Parts: sequence; structure tokens; C-alpha cells
Amino acid sequence: MKQPASEAQQGGPDAAPADAAPVPLTKPAGRTPGGSGGRPPLGLRLDFRTLSLLGVLAALIVVGGITKPDQFLDTSNLQLVLTQASIIGVVTVGMTFVITSGGIDLSVGAIVALASVWATTLATQEYGFAGILFTAIIVGLACGLVNGVLIAYGGMAPFIATLAIMASARGLALQITDGNTQVVTLESVLDLGSRDSYILGVPPLVIIFAAVTVIGWLLLNRTTFGRRTVAVGGNAEATRLAGIDVRRQRLYLYLLSGLCCGIAAFMLIVLSGSGQNTNGNLYELDAIAAAIIGGTLLSGGRGTIVGSVLGVLIFTTITNIFALNNLQSDVQQIAKGAIIVAAVLVQRRTARNGEG
Amino acid sequence: MPETSRRGLLFGTAAIGAGALLTACTSNEKKDEPAANEQPVDDKPGKAVTIGFAGPQADHGWLAAINANARAQAKKYSDVTLDITEGSNDTAAQIGQIDSLINKKVDVLVILPADGKALTQAGLKAMRAGIPVINLDRIFADPQAFRCYVGGDNYGMGVNAGKYIGEKLKDKPNATVIELSGPDSLELTKQRTQGFDDALKNYPNIKKVARQAADFTVESGQAKMAQLLQAQSKFDALWNHDDDQGVGALRAIDQAGRDGFLMVGGAGAKSAMDAIKADNSVLKATVLYPPIMASTAIDLARALGQGKGVSGMAGLEIPAQVTLFSAVVDKDNVDEYLPQGFS
Repeated sequence: MKQPASEAQQGGPDAAPADAAPVPLTKPAGRTPGGSGGRPPLGLRLDFRTLSLLGVLAALIVVGGITKPDQFLDTSNLQLVLTQASIIGVVTVGMTFVITSGGIDLSVGAIVALASVWATTLATQEYGFAGILFTAIIVGLACGLVNGVLIAYGGMAPFIATLAIMASARGLALQITDGNTQVVTLESVLDLGSRDSYILGVPPLVIIFAAVTVIGWLLLNRTTFGRRTVAVGGNAEATRLAGIDVRRQRLYLYLLSGLCCGIAAFMLIVLSGSGQNTNGNLYELDAIAAAIIGGTLLSGGRGTIVGSVLGVLIFTTITNIFALNNLQSDVQQIAKGAIIVAAVLVQRRTARNGEG
Repeated sequence: MPETSRRGLLFGTAAIGAGALLTACTSNEKKDEPAANEQPVDDKPGKAVTIGFAGPQADHGWLAAINANARAQAKKYSDVTLDITEGSNDTAAQIGQIDSLINKKVDVLVILPADGKALTQAGLKAMRAGIPVINLDRIFADPQAFRCYVGGDNYGMGVNAGKYIGEKLKDKPNATVIELSGPDSLELTKQRTQGFDDALKNYPNIKKVARQAADFTVESGQAKMAQLLQAQSKFDALWNHDDDQGVGALRAIDQAGRDGFLMVGGAGAKSAMDAIKADNSVLKATVLYPPIMASTAIDLARALGQGKGVSGMAGLEIPAQVTLFSAVVDKDNVDEYLPQGFS
């Protein structure tokens, strides 16, 4: 990465010192949320957007607590909700970076499928725990690399390139498994998903999710890498003129998304004890939806890890409440759609008021 | 899936002498092999027959087993050539594949459509071209589109699962059962649930208290089962529609450290049968939706191609519909069925 000093000399969008706010100068100042001076538009500061998401989550918790008081507020249910959020959550963190840069990754679900079946097929007993973990991560990274090269250096639109990888990765996953489920019998892997391995009541998968979230937040909000991601999404041409290697940045972003998919694939193997070519089905849509209702702009230039994670938690909590109340999948899907619409409408309102 | 065929055709099925069928129909009869040739349809080499086979993409253990069974059965006959097209879940692609088989002038077509209704025209086209069609598993919308339908009994699966659970719990007052179904978007899921509910009506002491739909995948089975376990602190029996999602369901049960109930699976995967045999989990039985129906289809296609009836059955022609029986496999008979279990 280039040092900020040279950018400052060129007066590019990333001219500010490393610890200051990422303000994409190339965008109209009014479009920067909460764009008052140098305050970070993203991050831990509780802006109206984050507060509204927390409000939705709180409302859901109230609904869950009222409809099923004994079960919903139970510790084991909290563990369940967080565990169920953790895999798609890790994918969403990677997706948030890609969308913030103005891209999209439609291949995440397929990458999770390919990474999980490859890891469970090639790295079984002989390779052990590390074999499964590293195979999943390497396959994820390799898919991310292909995405990144096609998009950054091949000049393909992210939508098209990742769509192609989505198809190929699913096809490859199907070819590897021949439609069969690869069952994992390795105790060291399975144990990670069992109750005995909870640390102070927290499942290991949730700890991985939390770690990825914190690292993702730091990376997006406190590093040059993060500011460049925002800048590329805000105005790629201006960023390039500012002397930043936009192509390399894009490559890194799809690698990052692939890495997250590899980690998620490993987590899915732990949770389900198997690899199947249908794994990660529709993850791309869930991750995009969570990022968007979290407040990340689909057009790029603004991203929020906290919002994305809240988006994932909202979806998982809804599913949980519905299941506890024995509502069927049709109702769940309708409600999920309604929540997406409502969240985005609320945000548009607040954004407009904020910019007033 | 055929509403009409259910009962009458169980009779037809039972009457066919093929060993493969017999194994599926009569659970008390000892058989070593699923397709033991004790009472063959007629396995003396006859007129050479080319059978075209067009199926969907084998993205599920059951479909993979369908293909494997079709290949294995065709290989048994020296007079049969099997022409299998690449599987696809795309309607247009499958229509194209059927067209190519028609153009090749195969003698008989076996079609397992990705979507029965959508592929009806392709079936009609083949029939009009003079190629008899055996419609496997997912039924065409028009009876003119096939000469013979071969399928499983989804309603019967539900009934037999309900009966099995009912008999196990009939002496238990206020017993509760829960259901982990297949995808609600599929007709077969509704039939399985309907059969289950109908069977439970015979046991007034048993009440179904919860149902969640999974997607026939391990991942969804784990997630939905974890939710069900959270919602139901105590229940006596679980019916899970599909053994693939059952792998995930068993994992969720294990992770939650739950037992004290009876689980019945569906479809007949080898992993489920192994677990039933080992008898070390809550899984005590599975209700078949036997993929050996593909072997049946090949047998009937061969008979059609050679213009024969089926020995052991009255009549000169093969039947119009054959519905396989959804037997319950538990510890007592698992050894008989284990060779049929698909992975």
C-alpha cells in the first residue's frame, strides 16, 4: 500500500491523515451521511441509522419475549440465535467490503458450497482438523482470486464475473460430491460445534463471528485499506487519479470476500457435520439484504460493518421468533421481504431528513 | 405426483414378479439382493432395445441413486442399451435432451422430469413420434404423455410414518409429535404431511404440536431442527421427511444434547439405515421412497421395447401405472433394505 503522504501531495480524496475520517471528496458533501466536518460517517458513533436498526432489534426482542417468554429469553435460545447468525454473518462482513467498493459478489453461496465439499472430500481423516480448515480457506481464497482477477484486471462487471463463478463453483461442488452428502466423522471438528466446547457459555462459532466482525470493523474504519475501499466505491476514477491502485484494491476486496466464504464454509462444516453441494444456498441474497438494510450503499461509497451485523441479527431473530411460534416458511418469507422494504424506507427517510 | 394411482397400483406392484419390486413391497420376505432374480420379469435375452433416459441434475443423494439404479439395472440385460442424457434442472435444456433422444430413435424413453407439468409437451411429442414413454416419479400433466407411470407413494410415506409412530405411542397418554418436513414449495411435501396427519387421526392420544419446513439439505435440516428443539422442550416423536436433511437434524439433536423421543426418517439413505442398525441414536426407523423405482422403470421399458407383458401378471401388456410401496425400515428389517440405501 502506498503511504498517505504521497496522496496528500497530489491532493487526492484520501489526502487526510491515516487516523482521520474517510471523506470521499469526490462525492457531493451533502451525500455523506452525518457529513458534518470530519466526523466518521461510519463506526461506533450511534447515528440515527444504527439507532433505528437497534430499535427494530429491540422491538423484535420484545415481541419474542411477549409471545414466548420462557423460551425466547432462555440462554440456550440466545446461543442458538447467535450461532445461526454467525455463518451468514461472516459472509456478510466480506460482502459489506465488496458492496462498499461499489461491487457485488453473487458467488458467496457457491464458494461456501465448493469450499465445504472440497474440504470434506479431500481433507478427511488423514489431514485432520487443520486439513479441513485450510482446505476450506484456500478454496475460498482461490475463488476470490478468480473473481478479483476477472473484475480488476479482466475488466468484467462484478455482477457478471461473480455470476459466472457462482455457476462454475456450484457445478464443481456438484461434480465433486456427485450429489452425495459428505459426512464428517472427525471428532476434533465436530467437537467445536458441541455444547462442551462453549467458552463461558459462548459457542466457538460465535467467537469466530465476533472476531471477524471486530477485524472487519477495524479494517474498514481505522486503516488505509478501509479508506481506499470507501474511496473506490465513492468515485473509482478520482481514486485512480489520486494515485491509488484501484485494480489491486478491487482484487484484495474479492480475495477478502472469498476468505470470509472459506471461514464460513469451515464453520458450516462444524455446525452441520457435513459438506453438501447445496450448502450456502441463497447466502448471496441474505448477505446483500443484511448489508443493505444495515445501511451500506448498494452503489458504493458507504459501508457499515455494525449495520450489516445488526441486519443479520434482525433476520436471524425473526426466523427464531417465527419458529418458536410455529409459523410456517411462507409467513417467514413474506415477513422477511416486508422487513427489508420497511428498513430501507425508514433509512431513506432518515437519510433525507439528515441531509435536509 | 399421482393422486389417482395410489391404492389400485399397490396391487399392481405387488403382482409384478420382479425381485427388485418384491423387496420393496413385502417387508417380511427375506431377500439377499434388492434385485434378486428369483422370479424375473423375463431375463432371457430378447430383441435388442435401446432405452433413452432423461433425468434432472442429480444434486441430491436420492437422484444420484436413481441414476445409479437405472444404470445397474440396464447392465443386467445383454439386450438393453441405455442412452443417458446429461441431467439438467432447466426445463428448456431437458426438453432439448428429450428431443435429441427422439431424433436418435431410441425404442423406449424413460423420463424423470425436473418438473412434471412443464415437461408434459416433451412427453407428448415422444409419444406422437411413436416412442413409448415411461414417466418416472414426477408425473406429467397429461396421461397421453406417457404409456406407463412409475413412482413412489408420498402420501403413503406420511401414512406409514404416522402409523409407525402411532403404534409406538398408542399407550402413552397425551403424546406429542413434531414434524420436520421437506420444502413447502413441493407438492410431494404436502402429500407427505397430509398422509401423516391422516394416519395420526387414528390415534386420538397423539397430537402434532409443531412443524417446520426444511429444504432437503443438511444445512437446512440442522438449522430448522435446532429451532424446533428450542421451541419444544419435550415431545415424544419426530417425523423427518428426508434422510439428507436428517443428517443435519441428527446433528442438531446431538448438539442440543436431546433424547427421550423417537425419530422416524424418510427416503431411505444408507447413513440413516446405518444409524438405525447401530441403534445408538434417536433415529429408530425410516420410511422408504425407494430409488429402485428406476430399476422398475428399466424393467418395464425393456418389456415395452420387446412388446411383452410381465410374467407373473395377468394380461398381455405392462400396467399403466406402478406405485412402489413406502415400507418402514426399522431395526428388525434393516438388513434386508441396507443394500438399497443410497449415500
